[in-house]
Amino acid sequence: MINYIWAGMAAVGIVYAMINGTMDEVNEAIFESASEAVTLSIGLISVLVFWLGIMRVAEKAGILDAIAKLFKPIIKKIFPEIPEDHPAIGYILSNITANMFGLGNAATPMGIKAMEQMKQLSGSDTASRSMVTFLALNTSGLTLIPTTVIAIRMQYSSASPTEIVGTTIIATVTSTVSALLIDRYFYYRSVWRK
Amino acid sequence: MGLITQISIWVIPCFLLVVLLVASWKRIPAYELFVEGGKEGVKMAFSLLPFLVGMIVSISILRSSGALDAFITLISPVLTFVGIPPEILPLAAVRPISGTAALGMTTELIDSYGPDSFIGRLASTMQGSTDTTLYVLTVYFGAVGIRRMGNALKVGLLADVIGIIASIVIVSIVF
Repeated sequence: MINYIWAGMAAVGIVYAMINGTMDEVNEAIFESASEAVTLSIGLISVLVFWLGIMRVAEKAGILDAIAKLFKPIIKKIFPEIPEDHPAIGYILSNITANMFGLGNAATPMGIKAMEQMKQLSGSDTASRSMVTFLALNTSGLTLIPTTVIAIRMQYSSASPTEIVGTTIIATVTSTVSALLIDRYFYYRSVWRK
Repeated sequence: MGLITQISIWVIPCFLLVVLLVASWKRIPAYELFVEGGKEGVKMAFSLLPFLVGMIVSISILRSSGALDAFITLISPVLTFVGIPPEILPLAAVRPISGTAALGMTTELIDSYGPDSFIGRLASTMQGSTDTTLYVLTVYFGAVGIRRMGNALKVGLLADVIGIIASIVIVSIVF
């Protein structure tokens, strides 16, 4: 799908330029934007190195675990089908805290382990209720610090690169809560039908 | 609404302070761990490079040809009527499909309109506040061999729509 979108945007642009007589601008844009993207990616290194470095310290200092503990009661409520103290709960918590701090690479293996545990619980190749809830949490992407976005804003000399942290948190909480409510709605509707 | 802006400015330095104090108190080698974790950041920036080049070039072609502006002008009466800034539509449409493509679009919007413009702030909020629904479903269900996804896709996409609306409302109120 993304292949068509990517090719489509460039193709439409080039054909439109033929009709519109803007081929000069297009030709210039191809090379200018490519070099700009490289400059940008290299500029991202500063924030990414700094943030991932700090997060490694935070992880080893037990701060992520402490935050995970804070969320445990909520997670138990959200996943009523998973028995208390089942390993799935632990993996779900690590996955969510890693995501919150922008550690996508650390979050994915934890999430997959959580899915494996939930599959053992359900024992079928149909998504269980807990799995759908877990993915609802993940797709809505609960974030506290949107590192990459902050880095990009710095690169384009924003007066205040971090000023969007507040709005991001409100938006992410809204969409996460909605995801959980929608998930509950679909679940209870399917139960009532039976 | 100065409060939310203030929190935005305070949250990172304060988090940093807590991490460093706890690390020193627990006597763990903070500096060595920092360097070790930082190496991953270098890798990450380089792995993003080809995605950003590809996507930004493609959108730049579309924008510089005038096709994107023509499209935005065409749809803007409808979108403005319901309160959606038309410039943001391509990003909103791609966000659930591909994270790196959306990142490229966010960058291009920040570049074209400025990071501190309404569009720049809105794009930043939208990019940061949600994850890529299709990617998450493919990776997680694929990894454990789930064939029937139940309502997961519906739930994910509906939550994305709400997230996009929430971003527009919140950015309009705060800034």
